[in-house]
Amino acid sequence: MDQPVSCHPATPQQSTPEQTMTAFTAGLWKQNPVFVMVLGMCPTLAITNSVRNAIAMGLATTFVMASANGFISLIRKLVPKQVRIATYILMIATSVTIVDYLVKAISIPVYKALGAFIPLIVSNCLTLERAESYAGRNPIFKSILDGLGMGLGFTFALTCLGTVREVLGAGTFLGFPLFGPNFEPWVLFLLPPGGFITLAMWLLTFTLWRERAAKRKKAREAAEQIAVEAA
Amino acid sequence: MNESLSHIFVDALLINNFVLCVFLGMCSFIGLSGKFSTAWRMGVSVMFVIIVSSILAYGTNILLVRFHAEYLRIITYIVIIASTVQLTEMFIKKNSPSLFRAMGVYLPLITTNCAVLAVPLFQTSRNYNFIQSVVFAIAASGGYTMAIVILSLVRERVELSDVPNLAKGTALTLILAAILSMAFMGFGGMGNGE
Repeated sequence: MDQPVSCHPATPQQSTPEQTMTAFTAGLWKQNPVFVMVLGMCPTLAITNSVRNAIAMGLATTFVMASANGFISLIRKLVPKQVRIATYILMIATSVTIVDYLVKAISIPVYKALGAFIPLIVSNCLTLERAESYAGRNPIFKSILDGLGMGLGFTFALTCLGTVREVLGAGTFLGFPLFGPNFEPWVLFLLPPGGFITLAMWLLTFTLWRERAAKRKKAREAAEQIAVEAA
Repeated sequence: MNESLSHIFVDALLINNFVLCVFLGMCSFIGLSGKFSTAWRMGVSVMFVIIVSSILAYGTNILLVRFHAEYLRIITYIVIIASTVQLTEMFIKKNSPSLFRAMGVYLPLITTNCAVLAVPLFQTSRNYNFIQSVVFAIAASGGYTMAIVILSLVRERVELSDVPNLAKGTALTLILAAILSMAFMGFGGMGNGE
């Protein structure tokens, strides 16, 4: 990923199995598209008012990213540098059209719930960012894995948000009531402000975790330093 | 579909504000709202792109329907938008190099601004006629500009106040956006009770 910006890598690198695995796992946690890179905000906020919609949206995006990354990686050496963005967008738009018709064929209720946000995967910054920074310069298998990993990380983040919003806003999880009949749902969380607040709280939580981890690491290093000096 | 023009206008501008109620164009809304001067310029460029691409998309859609090629809709719309953005970029580069530098990477990124793609998609799915489409495009992009300008003004104020280190950055912006969005929910009563 830290290769210099070029569409034509001079020598194809031999990748080890571990590197291939990193392509897949990076998106899941370390470079989570929503919590770390803060990309693809529109569906993250708009579609997460129920867990079911969140998962459906996440899977649709995963499919688009895996197939678009695959196509782009396949033709990466044929595309002149000047028109690469336009080409990437066309590839992504093609995959999105496929997904649009697939979802319509699989489930009409889900299609209606996701509404305009399926065609809008085209303009999800996440898909273009991965095409530009990964699929445009990596071999096809790794690019597909990267698309899958990023997409699943995106699904994970959407599910996190959807869980909070559905549990607080409707008192249900995947449609099953969690609390007794006396539960008064906190409707605000299903409405737009709830989306903003939930995402803000998740981001705060993750920043807190990362800061704590950094602090612990620093303390451990200091302790080791002292131990070395004492020895 | 026979909505009055004033209803379309108020609905897209306030009641269903593109940014704060429908969540479109979030990336630039959060990324470029740090300073008032960049925010309003971004708003105006997005307005220009949305209005031009909405008119072009209206014409193209007639052709697509004529030739029964509706499945090409997403692809053609994105091509229209990408070329409009390229046009805007050339225009700004020629007329105001300083603005061009200030906008940086966000100018080409208008292509991947969902608000821009959403306007032609919505006007097609709601079967608006030509005048309705233009009014809808003006109102929707005006709503985007208004939201990003208001947020930038609030953020300039918050810059000066003492917030916990942890919350600085995106999280704080999101909380501000949440409060703004709650304020915009007050407009909900202006519609026909929806």
